[in-house]
Order: sequence, then structure tokens, then C-alpha cells
Amino acid sequence: MSPKGEEANKKIEEANSTTAILEVRNLVKHFQIGGGLFGGRAATVKAVDGVSFSIRRGETLGLVGESGCGKTTTGRAILRLEVPTSGEVIFEGRDMARLSDAELRGMRRRMQVIFQDPFSSLNPRMTVGQIIAEPLAVHRIVPDRTARAARVHELLRHAGLLPTMARRYPHELSGGQRQRVGIARALAMEPSLIICDEPVSALDVSIQAQIINLLEELQSEFGLTYLFVAHDLSVVRHISDRVAVMYLGKIVEITDRKSLYEDPQHPYTKALLSAVPIPDPAVEAGREHVVLGGEVPSPLNPPSGCVFHPRCPIAVDDCRRVVPELREVKPGHQAACIRL
Amino acid sequence: MEVLLDVRGLRTQFHTKAGVVRAVDGVSWNVRKGETVALVGESGCGKSVSALSVMRLVSAPAGRIVEGEILFKGRNLLDLPEEEMRKVRGREIGMIFQEPMTSLNPVLTVGRQLTEPLEIHLGMTKAQAHARAIELLSLVGITDGARRLRQFPHQFSGGMRQRIMIAMALACDPALILADEPTTALDVTIQAQILELMKSLSRRLGVAILMITHNLGVVARYADRVNVMYAGKIVERASARELYADPRHPYTLGLLRSVPRLDEPRRAKLRPIPGQPPDLSRLPAGCSFAPRCTYVVDRCRVEVPPLAELSADHLSACWLARDLPNLAPAEVIGR
Repeated sequence: MSPKGEEANKKIEEANSTTAILEVRNLVKHFQIGGGLFGGRAATVKAVDGVSFSIRRGETLGLVGESGCGKTTTGRAILRLEVPTSGEVIFEGRDMARLSDAELRGMRRRMQVIFQDPFSSLNPRMTVGQIIAEPLAVHRIVPDRTARAARVHELLRHAGLLPTMARRYPHELSGGQRQRVGIARALAMEPSLIICDEPVSALDVSIQAQIINLLEELQSEFGLTYLFVAHDLSVVRHISDRVAVMYLGKIVEITDRKSLYEDPQHPYTKALLSAVPIPDPAVEAGREHVVLGGEVPSPLNPPSGCVFHPRCPIAVDDCRRVVPELREVKPGHQAACIRL
Repeated sequence: MEVLLDVRGLRTQFHTKAGVVRAVDGVSWNVRKGETVALVGESGCGKSVSALSVMRLVSAPAGRIVEGEILFKGRNLLDLPEEEMRKVRGREIGMIFQEPMTSLNPVLTVGRQLTEPLEIHLGMTKAQAHARAIELLSLVGITDGARRLRQFPHQFSGGMRQRIMIAMALACDPALILADEPTTALDVTIQAQILELMKSLSRRLGVAILMITHNLGVVARYADRVNVMYAGKIVERASARELYADPRHPYTLGLLRSVPRLDEPRRAKLRPIPGQPPDLSRLPAGCSFAPRCTYVVDRCRVEVPPLAELSADHLSACWLARDLPNLAPAEVIGR
């Protein structure tokens, strides 16, 4: 390790003790595909291509973007479910890349995840009680059996479920109830940060609001920090304190909620917001829609310059050549566009 | 305007180990020439089964249409022999599904899949069908048709595949298209492209659309009239404008209140509908929504409210429909 890196690390640790719980710096995750046993040309998918942000303790950062933009991979790289190609993830003052396996396990307790599809993330052969009790036993959080059963009941209550649910199997539950079990299991580890990966997008509208309210209640009760990964801009606006918009592996805009929704700067953010239909025909009739042409290009072969330029309504010649840096365009408001 | 599709008293049931599932429980609705009608509701409310019933594609032997009439251009589709019905499907009524990859054949070229119905249903020659297929692709915004026709479905993106599905649905110049969650699997920017395309095609070609969706925003932007379904029944019907401005069923009201809206100030807390949707094999007595309803009165638990007129084109199946705007919801217990 370079002395310079160590020095930087120390500085971050100091800063973290007061503000940021998670600091992501220049995170890159590339996947190599092809070129294996069966030949074929090797290629690189730049799923996450230099992403930086930080989350303060107790806040919610929304990470939005369309499928394939790299938002889920960003979450997985932070959890080290994917080993980042490069970049740093500093969680509670410690660089995740430099931890031993044992230390990493300890850190993982503090950093939990809630998935989109609770059914595929719950073991179908275990009861709800066993699912929640397992991490308590494995990590020796509650080694005593009787105490563990009591803790399971308490966690179920926190997640808005009756203690009798402990005897049920996942297939006996509705989608909303399963997501509550997923939340109870995450809470069991007493985490400080929860990465919520599309936690409500598989649920019915009437149930989505129940789960969002629950997440907010738990946040204030336990002082949780959320990285909220989602594609639904209305939901993200509701739950987030700050929002980052991703496109093709890069953050194109990041700022506080109010600025992003009331005064979006990047042309992609503007188009995204205008594409969200509003559930009111009277409002819709008077709304102007920027319908973006084309589709998200393949991350295998991203466009030159600004990756958004082929679809951008305000692109100029330079956009094809210059890679725009994420920079402050207004106080506390960063965007990556040379036209701003 | 002339009624094109008239569904009357439709009842579709599934016989399962757990009992009889009343997926569609005596519903009536219609689609007039050229208009876009929405069936809205959450999963399991019977909206997709309604569409499958119209096409007579409910999977037997578990599923069965037990009652009702489906009048299309005056003929009852339920009385047609299977051979006649096959001519209706695809030729007179087109279909678009949520996941185009599962409805396109992965081992046939797009060209083959587009030209086959033209040759079978319309008796075109190979050359005529090929020319028409290119025309259809350009209609749905796919350029370079001659080359694209030689490609396979996996060589297209999700949005492009949905365009192909639309082209296939339009191939035989149908009077009606059934679109079951046509944009649910797509990203927002692509969703906007597809919906705008469907809207402009429906206007240009005068095709009526039955849009099945759970997305209240999509309905608001694209539907003329809306049927809200809950637990196998229609609970409210009105023009899109009226439904959103003056909802008269607690379920519709609950749905509209529970979604955060980008055009409104952010609320501190969302207002969800409490509880879970019911098990369709064990529906409660009285109104199916009663256990989750914040306006519930004693009558609701014993007597099923009929879908009744509030005005000529606004119907609600709620005992309190007339007074609903003046009522305050009861305190919700639990969360």
C-alpha cells in the first residue's frame, strides 16, 4: 500500500466518524465475456464505470436508472458480492478491499440487503422462524435458543407481522408478507446500512405503500441508512434525501431530492421525469412529453464521448468527443453534461 | 358509438385442490369502435383472465367459462366452433402480451412469424406477405425491414420485440387489440415510446384497444374509459377523466391515494390500503373489499353491493358510493 493511500485513508476515517457512513470512490466493475473455452471474441461489459458518491449516516440515497444502467451492480459491488475491478468502498471508515475474510464477515453484518423478489431469496424449505433465526445463530448474535425464539418474534413484530407467522413457510405468504420477512431477516443482523434493491417493484400498488412506510418507520426507529436502488422515480422521490441518476454505468446527476425533482439539469434526468405518467388525466392532458428516441446502447460497446449523446435532444458535435465530468453546476448539484 | 365487444355476465372459474377459484365473477363491460378501454387492478383481480376468456384461451380442464356471453360484432364468441374461433384470434382480434420474448417463437425468424398469419388468414402470396411485413415494421418504427425480417427474436431489444408484437397484432387489420400489460416489462423511456406508438396507431387505423394494466399512470394517459377490478368483479367504471377526478369506490380511492405522485408536494407518509387482497377460493360474504375498507359499515359484510349507476357513464359497486366524497375514512387499525 502506498503511503499516499494510507494518508488518504486516515483522512477519510476522520471525516467518516462525523458524517459519511459509506464512501464510494471511482468504483469500476467490468465483466469479461466470451473468449473462453468455446472461443468467441472476448469483450468487456462496463457495467459500472467510475461511480463516486457518499451516504451520510441516517440518510437515504436513491439510485435510479433504467435496466442495465449498473445500479444493481453498484449495490452488489458495495456488498462485495461482486469484487470491484477498481475503486474504493469505504464503509464505517474501513476500506472493504483490505479486510480479511473474517473481518469482511463482521462488516457484512453491518451492511444488509433487501432484494426485489423476496420469494427467490427465501429458502422454501425453511419456516419463517428458521429463516430469521439462522443468521442469529450463525453469527452468534443470540446464541441461546430460547432467547433466539423471543428475538425472532420481536423482529417479526418490527416488520409488521404476527409472531404466529414464524411457523409458516414462504409459499404460504403473500408477496408483501414475504418482503416483510426479508426485512426482518436483514434487521436480525442489526445493520447500520441496508441496500434496498428494488424492494417494492414486484409488489402490488396497494402493498408497495405499506412496505415503504415500514422502511421509513424502521429507519427512524433504528437510525438506519439506506441505499435505495430503484427505477420508479415517484417512489424514489418519496423515500430519498438525495438522488443519483445512472446511465450506462455512470452517474449523470446527483443532488438533493428537492433540486433533482424541481430543477433537473441533465437532459437524461429531464427525459426520465417527463416519461413518468401521472395518475390524473387532467394533469396528463396539459403535460409536455419529451419522448426519447432510440434505446439504451449496449454497455459492451458504449458510444464515444458522452454515452447519452445518441439519444440526447441537446447534443452538439463536441458531445461525441468529450467525456463529460460530473461537476457542480449549481451549489450542491452535480451533473455530467458539457452543455450545462 | 357502435359497441364492438360486449361482455355480459362473464364468469370464469378454476377448479384447484384448494377449491373453486372465482377468477372472473359475473362481469359485464364493453369496448366501442376505436376507443381505448382499460381493465385496471392488482395481481389476481381477474383482469388477465377476462382477456383470455374473450379469446377462449382459458386453460382447460382447470379453467372454465361457466356463464356469460361475449358478443363480438354481434356474434357470441362462446358459441363459435373452434375452427371459426381460430379465425377470430389474430385476424379480427389482435393480442399483445407483457413479455414479448415468451410469445415470439425463438427458433423462427421474425419474417416467418409476421408473414405466416398473412398467408394463412388473408391468403396472400409469399411475395405479397413479405412486402406487407416490411410495411408493418415501418408502421411500428422499425427501419431496414428487409434485413430485420431475416433476424431472430433474440437479436432485438425488449422494446423492439414489443414493436414486433404490435406489428403482428396489426398484421390482419383487426378491429380490436387486447394488450395485456404491454409495457410492464419495459423501461420508462421505452414504455413511453411504445404507448405513444399504440396511441397514434389506434387513432390512425381506428383500432379499438382493451388495455389491461396495474399502472394507474398509464391508464390516465392513454385510456378513454376505465373498469376497476377487484377480486373478480368490476367495482367501478367511468370515463378516465371522471374516475380520477371523482372516484366513487373506496378501492379506487385507496389505489389513487397510495401511489406517490411526481406532480404533488411530497407527503410525509404514504397512505396504503391496509391488509392483503383476498383468497379467491375463500371470498368473504358481502363485499370482497370490506375487510380492507376504511369506510366499511355493517351492511357491507352481509350484502354484496351491485355495480350501480351514479350517472349514465359512472358506475360503482359500493353501498356508500353516493356519499363517498363527504365521508371521512375510519381510523385504520394496525398497518
